[in-house]
Amino acid sequence: MTPRTPAAVRPSIFTPEHEELRASIRAYVERELRPFASEWEAAGWFPDEVFTKLGAAGFLGLTYPIELGGQGGDYLSGLVLKEEMAACGSGGVSMAVAVQTDMATPPILKFGTKEQQDTYLRPAIQGTKIACIGITEPGAGSDVANIQTTAKRDGSDWILNGRKVFITNGVRAHFCTLVARTSKQAGYQGFSLFIVPTDAPGWSVSRKLDKLGMRSSDTAEIALDDVRVPADALLGEEGNGFPQIMWELQGERLVAIAGSITGARLLHERCVAYAKERTTFGRPIGRNQAISHRLVELSEKIEAAQQLIYDAAWSFATGGYPVAEISMAKLYGGIVVNEMTNLAMQIFAGAAYTTALDIERAWRDTRLIRIGGGTDEIMREVIAKTMGL
Amino acid sequence: MFDGSQPITPPAGDPYPLFREEHEELRSSIRRFIDKEVAPFIEEWEELRDFPRELYDRCGELGFFGLKFAEEHGGSGPDYLAAAVFTEELARCGAGGVAAGLGAHTDLASLYVGNYGTPEQLQRWLVPSIRGEIIGALAVTEPDAGSDVASLRTRATRDGDHYVIDGAKTFITNGSKADYVVVAARTGGDGHAGISLIVVDATTPGFSTNRLDTVGWRTSHTAELFFDGVRVSAGNLLGGVEGDGFKQIMGNFGWERLAMALGANAAAAKTLEAGIAYAQERTAFGKPISKFQVWKHRFADLASEIAASRSLTYHALRRYVLGEPAIREIALAKSFACELDWKVADECLQVHGGWGYMMEYPVQRAWRDSRLGPIGGGTTEIMREIVAKIDGLS
Repeated sequence: MTPRTPAAVRPSIFTPEHEELRASIRAYVERELRPFASEWEAAGWFPDEVFTKLGAAGFLGLTYPIELGGQGGDYLSGLVLKEEMAACGSGGVSMAVAVQTDMATPPILKFGTKEQQDTYLRPAIQGTKIACIGITEPGAGSDVANIQTTAKRDGSDWILNGRKVFITNGVRAHFCTLVARTSKQAGYQGFSLFIVPTDAPGWSVSRKLDKLGMRSSDTAEIALDDVRVPADALLGEEGNGFPQIMWELQGERLVAIAGSITGARLLHERCVAYAKERTTFGRPIGRNQAISHRLVELSEKIEAAQQLIYDAAWSFATGGYPVAEISMAKLYGGIVVNEMTNLAMQIFAGAAYTTALDIERAWRDTRLIRIGGGTDEIMREVIAKTMGL
Repeated sequence: MFDGSQPITPPAGDPYPLFREEHEELRSSIRRFIDKEVAPFIEEWEELRDFPRELYDRCGELGFFGLKFAEEHGGSGPDYLAAAVFTEELARCGAGGVAAGLGAHTDLASLYVGNYGTPEQLQRWLVPSIRGEIIGALAVTEPDAGSDVASLRTRATRDGDHYVIDGAKTFITNGSKADYVVVAARTGGDGHAGISLIVVDATTPGFSTNRLDTVGWRTSHTAELFFDGVRVSAGNLLGGVEGDGFKQIMGNFGWERLAMALGANAAAAKTLEAGIAYAQERTAFGKPISKFQVWKHRFADLASEIAASRSLTYHALRRYVLGEPAIREIALAKSFACELDWKVADECLQVHGGWGYMMEYPVQRAWRDSRLGPIGGGTTEIMREIVAKIDGLS
């Protein structure tokens, strides 16, 4: 191949080292997770052991410093994990792991003290402590500024009161990275982050919620009634919670869509294979342009979303704060993922409508991508704002 | 198991982004040129259905036609990243016809001669093309053969040291303006193997043209070409080997389609900018229409899709500049970007309301011009058929 530019161009954001890592995660997922997906889905639960085994394999700390038991890899090595987890067959499992690695714990690395990192991040990397993140409330989701949970000082302690809802890993978590209001007057400066151990008196799981998809993952409604935590439960500076949580949300949205789009790609591959094999009227259904061109149209969209995600990830990985690109990637990518899972239902048709295949599971699981981490409508608001509208 | 013994860190000094500082400098200089010497005259040229020949000379002088070609022929490349920058900026000029007229010259005719010409052919047609002194066109499509190249019927019959060409071509950009035309003709039997490319000077007896009236791309000369016993030297056979035409055409489709995708993204971005600017200035019910959520959200969607389209196209460009044929990537990008450009124009026409339907706002031109994207260079349906074939579906 003769290059058509004198510039040194890299073929992809990933390096050969990333690809090696990918191969090892892929083998792990195939062996340790995929075979159990249906069982866990039926149970509405997967064993905590999934975390400890992933931790032992080094996968929960890919991007974390070696001093804390992590692997010291770059941001993109974490992205490889999200992509490969999409093959595990259960959106709930990959979501739970993403909450552990990319939502509840990055703020501890970025804003936490050495003690907080040793107490929470180190065991989270080992998988021995399970993490959840507490933002959403019955009256506030992406509308973070409307959060009602309060944290009040009492001597050197903090007393927390409020409700959190839709908390992934919330039933089983050992600690929660939580945002609460520390001052009513201070407006956006009135929020702070806390790390709350779930065995603190007054913390209770009021309900395990029943969901249409992501069934293997536990989703909790949490009640905080006079939860008393010591002063060192405060994560980062008091009053800085709002920008901290906005930063956390960028990483959350990016990994969520990166995993989802990989799931869509895998499903697309399955559809192409099935379209070649499934015969009606004496020929494979893929020979119908009505099918083949639809599949190509989805290739266009999936690849477009994929490359947008990679460009946003590259920027994020190299120190950028690409709010617009991440929001666009999640918005457009989420729509494409849902279109793909719906097309898969159509192509696999009757077989897809039974639970014997896991197509309907993907269809149910992926519906969340347009809701969680900020709905499509919220993404559009964010994007419009970055465009000055 | 991944043991983490070799931490992965971002590669230093080997950045992922495609364009370098020199490309951004080139971008600024092209943008200045377009803003000063092209954009102000668009309305006038559209009215005339033409743009001055001097524009080719200026692009030649400024080096824009030499980006894909070696220094020995007067170029500064090959650097297809630089050529991509030119394509993008040109697409922002506000008239698809101008971009098409200059593009058909440098991305089609010149590129065919540059990639396949013999040393004599390079001197005769490429060198003056790079200077902008002569204008080229590429003629493949016929009344009964478009993307279905293998069934074309124009015939070139060998007669001693000459070829005698008979037949007709249609929808040829620059057709009624070009000084030379690279013509696909049948020198052998049926099918792919019988096709050759032959360069025909427009002054050759027996060659005539009929300019077509087009819904958009008004300033470009889109024409039918007629070959009635056109006698050219055997030395005009591009590359000097009979039967190479199909391969040559397939080899150059990549850049043509990639250029269309790049142009479509840039044009879509420009159209959206204008749509937003209008929405911010026009008020209804006491506030700018850009403040209505339906428009805010629609703009956010369109901006997201344009960003995705650009990433998709750059992915194809990345593969292409690495030296791969990138047929699948390019086909995906071409159909996605061109369909999107048209959709953006339609939505932005909508935001203009009644004024969108009037000829005095440029959005009507974007609407007409962008409609060619999903047709030219192989329709969207052809792109999807190509990918379906690669994926083993047809």
